[in-house]
Amino acid sequence: MGKHEVTGIASPNWLTTRADALFDRVKQWLDPAVNWSRANSLWPMPFGTACCAIEFMAAAASRFDFARFGMERQAFSPRQADVLICAGRLPFKLAPVIRRIYDQMPQPKWVISMGACASTGGIFDNYAMVQGIDTVVPVDVYVPGCPPRPEGLLYGVLLLHKKIKGESLVTPGLREEHPLDERGLRLPPATIDEISEPFGNSLHQFRSA
Amino acid sequence: MNPSVAAVRATFGSAIGRAVELCGDTIVYVDPARLADVLRWLRDTPGHAYDYLVDITAVEYRDRERPLEVVYFLRALARATDLRVKVELDPAGDLAVDSVVSLWAGANWLEREVYDMFGVTFRGHPDLRRILMWETYAEGFPLRKDFPLRGRFSRAEQVHQALNANPEAHYSLEELSLAEVQQDLPPDMVERLRRGERGAVPNSE
Repeated sequence: MGKHEVTGIASPNWLTTRADALFDRVKQWLDPAVNWSRANSLWPMPFGTACCAIEFMAAAASRFDFARFGMERQAFSPRQADVLICAGRLPFKLAPVIRRIYDQMPQPKWVISMGACASTGGIFDNYAMVQGIDTVVPVDVYVPGCPPRPEGLLYGVLLLHKKIKGESLVTPGLREEHPLDERGLRLPPATIDEISEPFGNSLHQFRSA
Repeated sequence: MNPSVAAVRATFGSAIGRAVELCGDTIVYVDPARLADVLRWLRDTPGHAYDYLVDITAVEYRDRERPLEVVYFLRALARATDLRVKVELDPAGDLAVDSVVSLWAGANWLEREVYDMFGVTFRGHPDLRRILMWETYAEGFPLRKDFPLRGRFSRAEQVHQALNANPEAHYSLEELSLAEVQQDLPPDMVERLRRGERGAVPNSE
């Protein structure tokens, strides 16, 4: 959205100028209000597959209590959820499941990848495990840790708040849902291969052949 | 040494191979051809009565010369006695042993798991399908030594195949049998059966 010089009604791009002015109003007044309400009433959809889900439960329980940040109601139906929290490793067998849950969530929606396994595959660099859920669904916030402490998850939630408050209703493509090819992939195959590459200790795995 | 070994050797003779005692457990090797008979005898003979099949698993050693072993963990609940029965199979040959589902109904899923991970076929199994990996999994048998740690396909291909799997395509044996009788199988299952998936997934090599 190009910003045009405002030269009054005599401008040859009168309509565009008016539209720009409208978008400016949206950015100035509507965005903060909408983002404020969105960020402070996130309904999380827990997708807990492993030990990270235990820390997730701790984050939801009274000591840490992420209800303080507007996540009072956990949505156990994707139809009423805003943020999908994948807590734990994702095997290939569950990849179509999390994709379907993501597809069922109404816009606007966000994804938090909680823990090393959800973010990168973690220690499970083997034949059965998705190497990072970002190869399957788009991810907004990655929370590192094995598992992350509840404070870590809360920090991730606060980062997500920050991200939401920086969004604008007039950004084109922000809510684009299906940047997929016909094969069902969200990313080009080369990118998936690249981000699935082993790193760190995984480089030294061996198996007698 | 577990006294059942001497008894079963007296009954079956040369079908019983060597027996070893390891960490207090007795392991007895059995000829694969007589496995079902031996296990039935162990289960039904008074005084032995191994009435509980704890687990079935398989071992492939990194030493290529060693055979692949299928291991049966038996327990006599009343006597609190364990016995481990092994059969040796040639990994290069036809990996097949008789099913013991008729002896212990619980062997059903255990044998499916061994089939899923090692590709050992169990003759006479009523429903030999994959159990842990999804049914359209085409990369082979993951716990075999010749299976690459990260799978045969590229990560992108694995993601692609996983995303195109139908998470609801699970059929119980009863559903399959009823649908087969009534000529009422869902089309995707017909396609999967046509490819010979139930009982014999084509080897990916």
